[in-house]
Amino acid sequence: MAEYSIFSVLRHGLTGNKGWRPTWRKAEPKPSYDVIVVGGGGHGLATAFYLAKEHGIRDVAVVERGWIGQGNVGRNTTIVRSNYLLPENHNFYEKSLKLWEGLSHALDYNVMFSQRGVLNLAHSPTQLDEYAERGNAMRLNGIDSELLMPDRIAKLCPGLDLSDKARFPVVGGLLQSRGGTARHDAVAWGFAHAADRLGVDILENCEVTGFIKERDRIDGVVTSRGTIRARKIGVAVAGNTSEVMRKAGIDRLPIESHILQAFVTEPLKPLVNCVVTFGAGHMYVSQSDKGGLVYGGNLDYYNSYAQRGNLPIVHEVAAELLAVFPNVGKVRLVRSWGGLVDMTMDGSPIITVGPLPGMYLNAGWNYGGFKATPASGWCFAHTIANDAPHELNAAFTLERFHQGRPIDEWGTGPVPRLH
Amino acid sequence: MLIPCPVCGLRDHGEFVYGGDATRLRPLISSDNAERWAAYVYDRRNPRGPHEEYWQHVHGCRQFMVVTRNTETHDISAVRLVGPWALRESG
Repeated sequence: MAEYSIFSVLRHGLTGNKGWRPTWRKAEPKPSYDVIVVGGGGHGLATAFYLAKEHGIRDVAVVERGWIGQGNVGRNTTIVRSNYLLPENHNFYEKSLKLWEGLSHALDYNVMFSQRGVLNLAHSPTQLDEYAERGNAMRLNGIDSELLMPDRIAKLCPGLDLSDKARFPVVGGLLQSRGGTARHDAVAWGFAHAADRLGVDILENCEVTGFIKERDRIDGVVTSRGTIRARKIGVAVAGNTSEVMRKAGIDRLPIESHILQAFVTEPLKPLVNCVVTFGAGHMYVSQSDKGGLVYGGNLDYYNSYAQRGNLPIVHEVAAELLAVFPNVGKVRLVRSWGGLVDMTMDGSPIITVGPLPGMYLNAGWNYGGFKATPASGWCFAHTIANDAPHELNAAFTLERFHQGRPIDEWGTGPVPRLH
Repeated sequence: MLIPCPVCGLRDHGEFVYGGDATRLRPLISSDNAERWAAYVYDRRNPRGPHEEYWQHVHGCRQFMVVTRNTETHDISAVRLVGPWALRESG
C-alpha cells in the first residue's frame, strides 16, 4: 500500500495517528558514499531520487547547508511549461513536463500539479508572429501549443482586460494547455520523501566548507558535520554556484547571481484560471489554490546574493499586473520575497561532467529552475551514473561559451541580467 | 538602495543604470588569443561580498562610476568616477 493514500489516512486516523513516520529521516553522515549531491534544493533532491530509482545507486547523500525547502524551491512562482523556441531548450523542458505529469505517483506525494494552461499575451502583430514561430517550432517537436485570437482568450480568461482602451491592447496569444502550476513546497518534500525511502541520506544543516583533492581528483567534501568522501560529487547549488565552486579552485564561471522577486496578494475568489504572461513587459501571474495572485517579473538587474529585493521592481511588476488586470487595483499585496538565481551568459543551463575529475555540475537555471526540477534531476543523475550526458542535456556544457556555441533563447548576448 | 554619487550626492538607485563587473580586463585589440577573449566576454568571479561594478547616473549627472558594493548586504564602501571627467583637482 502506498504510504500516503486515502486508505493510510483512514487507517492512521482510526488508530490515533500514532503510526506515521517522518516524511524523511534525520540522517547522520556516514564516512563515505558512492555519490554526494551538494545542495538539497529541488534539483539536488531530484538528482538523488533518480540516481536511486533509475540507476540503482542508493548509497547517496544530499548535503544541504540549511534545511529542505529553504531556498529557491520554495521561492519561485510555481509555473511549469515547456514553451521555448530553441530545440535544446524545448526538448529538455518537454521531458520535464512529461515527468511532471506523472510526478505525484512517482513520488507517492501529491505535488498538486495543475495543468491549467500557460497563456503568453501578444500586444502587437509582430509579437504574435514571433509567438507563431515559437509555437510552430514546438509543434514540430510534438509539443502542444496553440495560437489564440482575442475572442478565444476572452473565453479562456474572462478577468483579462481585452478592450481597445488597455494601455497595451491584446492582439492574441500563445497557449500551452499542458503547462500550469505545482505546489512548490510539496515538490521539495515529495522528492525528499521519495529519495529517503529509497535509502538516500538527507543531511540538513550540513554546510560544505571545502573539497578534498586526491592528486587531481575531487574525492570528498569537508562539511560543518565532518568530512565525507565519495567517488562522485555532484554540485547543484543554484545561485551559490560561484562561491561553492571557488572552494574547489574554480574562480570564474559564465554565471552571475541575481535577485528575482515574487509577490502574493491577499486571497480572492477565482479570477485568473490559467497562468498569464504580459508580453509588453515581463510579468507572469497565476492564482494559487488559496486564492492569492502569485506574480513576478524582471530581476532587480544588479548582482546580488541578498535574498530580498528593492522597491523599484515591486512598483514596476505591480504596474504590469494592472496593465492586464486593472480590476485588481485595490487588492493588497501581502508578501514579497527574493530568490537567488544563477544567470548564465546565454540564459540556458549547465548540466555536465566536470569541470574537475570526480565532479559534476548542475547550474545556470536563470528564470527556469522550478519547472526544470524533474528533468534536471533526471538528466543530472544520468550524467553522474554514466559519466556522460544524456542527449537531452548534451548541449548544456560549460565549454559551449568558449566554443562560441551559446544557446541564447532571447538573442540578448552575453549579458546575464537580460536573459 | 541608495548610491552616493560623487557629483550629486546620495541618490536612489532607480536613477542609475547598472553596467556590470568592473574588474574584467579586455585583451589588447591586437590580441589573437581566442581563449582570453572568451574569458573576457563570458567568465566572472561573481563574488558574495565586495563587488566592483559600473553604474551610470543616467537620470542625474550622467557620469559613469565604479561602485564597490557588498552583494550580500548592499553596503557601498567606495565610489569613484571614471571617464573623461574623473580626474580633477582635489579640495
